[in-house]
Order: sequence, then C-alpha cells, then structure tokens
Amino acid sequence: MSEATADQFSGAPASLPVPQTAYRPLTPSELVWRRFRKHRLAVAGTVGILLLLAFILVGSVVVPEGNANHGNLRERLLLPSAQHWFGTDSTGRDVFSRIIYGGQVSLFIGVSAVLLEVSLGTIVGGLAAYYGGWLDALLMRFTEAMLAIPSLFLLIVLAKFIGNNIPTINLFGRTFSGSVGVVIVVIGGTSWMYLARIVRANVLSIKEMDFVSASRALGSGNGRIFFTHLVPNTLGVIIVSTTLGLANAILTEAYVSFLGLGVQPPTATWGNMMDDAQTFILQGIWWMWVFPSLFIVFTILCINLMGDGLRDAFDPRHRI
Amino acid sequence: MGPYIIRRVLQALFILFIITGVCWTLTRLSSDPLAQYGGRQGVSAADRQALVHRLGLDQPLPVQYVTWLGLVLHGDLGDSFFSHQPVALLLSQRLPMTIVLMFTAEFFIVILALFLGIIAAVKQYSLIDNVITSFSFVGYSMPIFFIALGLMQIFAVQFKAWHLPYFPTGADIWKFTDPTALAWHLVLPVSCLVIIQVAGYSRFLRSSILEVLGLDYIRTARAKGLVERVVLYRHALRNAALPFITILGLDIPFLLGGALVTETIFAWPGMGRLFWEYAQRGDYPVVNGVLLVTSTAVVFFTIVVDVAYTMIDPRIRLG
Repeated sequence: MSEATADQFSGAPASLPVPQTAYRPLTPSELVWRRFRKHRLAVAGTVGILLLLAFILVGSVVVPEGNANHGNLRERLLLPSAQHWFGTDSTGRDVFSRIIYGGQVSLFIGVSAVLLEVSLGTIVGGLAAYYGGWLDALLMRFTEAMLAIPSLFLLIVLAKFIGNNIPTINLFGRTFSGSVGVVIVVIGGTSWMYLARIVRANVLSIKEMDFVSASRALGSGNGRIFFTHLVPNTLGVIIVSTTLGLANAILTEAYVSFLGLGVQPPTATWGNMMDDAQTFILQGIWWMWVFPSLFIVFTILCINLMGDGLRDAFDPRHRI
Repeated sequence: MGPYIIRRVLQALFILFIITGVCWTLTRLSSDPLAQYGGRQGVSAADRQALVHRLGLDQPLPVQYVTWLGLVLHGDLGDSFFSHQPVALLLSQRLPMTIVLMFTAEFFIVILALFLGIIAAVKQYSLIDNVITSFSFVGYSMPIFFIALGLMQIFAVQFKAWHLPYFPTGADIWKFTDPTALAWHLVLPVSCLVIIQVAGYSRFLRSSILEVLGLDYIRTARAKGLVERVVLYRHALRNAALPFITILGLDIPFLLGGALVTETIFAWPGMGRLFWEYAQRGDYPVVNGVLLVTSTAVVFFTIVVDVAYTMIDPRIRLG
C-alpha cells in the first residue's frame, strides 16, 4: 500500500521501472521489526515462547487428558522415573501430563485476562483523556483508589465476591471448571489501572502535538484524528503493556491458584499444582512444586524478555 | 505549597471514600455474617432474629455502610464476627510483627540493591554486570512462593536431613521475648522478600545510574579532574537515587499490608496473614480494617513523597 501511494505522489509513469531495492524509507512498523530483530534477548524470548507453545500443543496430542486429571491412587507421590518423567502427585496423577494441560489453562487465562485488562484500561484511559473535565477527574480518582489497595488484597476481595460456585463448562470436548472464568475476570478486573494511566497520559500528550493540530487545520474530523493519529501512536504503548501484562497475568494466576482461590481441581493449572505441593513440601516431595515452578519462571522470563525488546523497538529515540 | 497540600488532602479523602465504599460493598455482599457468628454451635431462629437486629443487618445496605463509616470515623472499627475481638486490637497485635518483618527486609533490600545496581552500572557489559543483570531478570520473573518453597526445601528440609542446624519455617510465636529466636525465625521470610525485591530495584538503579552517567555535568566533573569515586558518589548517585527514593517511598506503605504470600507460607503472624485468614471466613469488619489501614497509609505517603520530592529536587515545581 505504501508503494502505491509513493507512486501517486511522485507521479512516475507506470512504464518506468521503479528501483525497488534501496532508498525507500522504512515504514514505522518495519523500523520496529528491525529494531526488535536486533535485540538478541528479545528474539530468544520469542523463540522460547514458541517452543513452549509447541510443547503444550503437541503434548496434548501425544498425552491423553485422562493422565492429567484422573489419578491412580496406587501410584501416589512417585519419584520421577522413566514412566512418570516428572513423578506423580498426591492423588497419583502424572505431573508431566498435568504440566501440559495445566499450561494450556494457565496460558489461556493469561491471554484472556490481558485482553480484558487492555480493554478496560484503554476504555477508562481513553475516555478520561478524550472527554476531560469531571469525567476525567472521577475516572482518575477511581483508578487511584484501586491502585492504593495492595493488588493481592483487591484480588482476594474480588475473588471472594464473584465466588466459586459456578458450574463446569464443556468446551472442545473437555470439561473445565467454571472458576476459569472467575479467575479471568478477577485478574483482568484488578490490573487495568496502570494501563489506564499510561493510555490517558499518552493520548493527552499526543492530542496537543503539532501534527495533530496540522491534521485538524487540514480539515480532519474527530474520527479521522482518533483513528489515524491517536490510535496508531498509542498502539506501541498498548502492545508493550500487553506483553508485560501477560507475564503479570500468568504470575497472578499462579498466586491466586496458590492461595486456593483460583481454578478448582481437577482442572490443572501451574498455579494450583503448586497449591497441592505446598502441603507436601516438608515431606520432601520436591517434584510436585519444582516442575510447575520452572515452567512458570521460564514462561514469565521469555515474555518479559520479549516485552523489553518490544519496548525498545517501539521507542523511536532508541536507535540501532 | 499550602493550597496544593490542602487540595491533595481533599483528593485523598475522596479516594479513601471510594476505597471504603468499593471494599465494604464487595466484602459485605460476599459474606454471611451469621454463618460466622455462631461458630460451631447452631443458632436458633429467635437468636438469629435478635442477632440480625443487633448487628443492624436488617437495615438497607446504604444505611449499614453509613453506620459503619460513622463508627470508623469515630475510631471504632467494630468487632470480628469470628473471634469477637475488637478489630483495632487484632490490628495492633499484628502490625508490630509486620513492621519487624518488612523493615528488616527493606533494610537489606536497599543496601543490596544499591550495591548491585552501582556495580552493574559502573562495570557495564562486564562479566559481573551480565551476571547481576541475568539474576535480576530471573528473580524478577519468579513468583515469590517459588523462592519460599525453594528456601524451605534447602534450608529446612535438606539441612534437617543432613543434621545441620536448620531454619524454622513456621513462627506461631506471639510475643518474642527472646531476640535470638526472633532473628532465627526472620531469616527465611526476610531472604525471600529480599531476593524478589532486590531483583527489581537493582535493575531500576542500574538504568537510572547509567542514564545520569551519560549527562554533560558528569563529563564536566571528570574533565575538571575529579576522582572517579567523587564523580560517582557525590555527583552521579545523588541524582540517580532520586527516582529510587520516590519508588521506595511509594512502596513502603504497601509494606504495612504485609507480604501476604510470604507471611502465609512461613506462618508469620502479620497483617497479610491476618487479612488472608479473615478474608477466607468472610469476616468483613477485620478485612475492611486491614484495607483501611493500608490504603490510608498508601494515600498519605503518596502526598508526603510528592511534597518531599519538591524539597529534594529544586527543578520540580508543584502544579
């Protein structure tokens, strides 16, 4: 599309061959991609995430779901062996299988919660910045109020409020505890505040910039300014916050489940596997918590690396 | 300065009003006080009626909220439904334990973060910087319970198995008469908090020191022949530490809420665990008491930090 517009402006006749190779200025998204590619750690993080996704998806084809959610009580608390690579847990379920299926649920919760977080944060921040006045004041005081409560406290209060008495859901031929939905709402509903502030600050500063005034002087309406200037210029910030927010959401899921407020058994998540393990730690059953923890740390680490790379890549002052 | 502070305090009161409103409504609606009140004995229908009336639970919700708020403004946080103790008493029992835990941790956190941040920044891209940066990145990505369980496994389970002096993992001691016992019990939870926090802070300090070191006045300081040590500590660190002090100031009031997960894992009788124990039972007077204390601290520390900042940094003017 950019080439077509370039042709229109230069007015070059179609018969003349336009050199495709050099001198074409890079578009902003190409610049971002180029900067991201040169960030070695960020690329490593991305590869790590892809490997993890592959493991979780291929794993669920190879390993039947029954291994993960139905235990064999005669095989309780077995050490890692050739048959059970990561050992078995307190009800004889295979830890390796639970990591595969738990990972799917954990990642699903993380992604959904972040989508909710981003929607809420963008709407609140955007509304506050766009309309200003008393709405801005009210929304920002509310945001500050929610920020003043320690996040884990707020999370527990909300989780208690929404409650755990929710029926199970059948999806893709598998049964999920309805608490998956509760956890998504709770995490998304308690993490949008920072994003709302960032979006608000960003929109406020862009609104006053010269190119927006120029566009307005050229006769652009509110809608055009919003979609061609405000949205693309805020997108970078939102993408970076989303990536880092994903890491945070997965971590929070682990905390919530660890406290027993999260996804209810038998549906496994990396977090509630840790909750089970806590009871057995003093008996030295290390494999129940070490493996899910390592997967959590690996995932968060990769996503954080990716997020750091994206932040640098979206920063136009950052030249490589 | 005066009008600014007054405006901020009024805003803060409004924020606290929102907080209590949201929290009280959420906790009130998600609990059945009578289910907690009777304990294990059944409550007869007549008693139930009497209780409902005495606790004011037959009033409309807004009236209940205003009644609660009125009592709080008079310094009465109410009684726990479960233990029937005044909330203020429970808070005053737990607060010192949290303060001991959190401020010991914070002491080591600040020293270690400064130490690691400075080394990593001064020796940028060296082996030691890479090691520190990688560790802080990994630490930053860890859930605190992973570190807690890991420390438990090594220093409690394995040390015991190896017949070494092992660290206690639980602390159901209310009055620490013996300071040695207190210190002994502090080791594991404090290390846990230190590892997590130092990771984030040292990363932050490193980048803010590096930013300052690239500024012109540092070049001037070097050009006029100052020793590197003076350049670093008297010129660079002072400015680099400003944002760090702000972050610390904003984080400290959250410490009063305690570290919920750490306190729960190590059975530390602090505010975080108080909140968690009573939240599970839906004992909303206690829950709201903890929330109120913590968020008041947070809101007012924010103002203090903002005002203090303008005194430390003359470039900032109050708007």
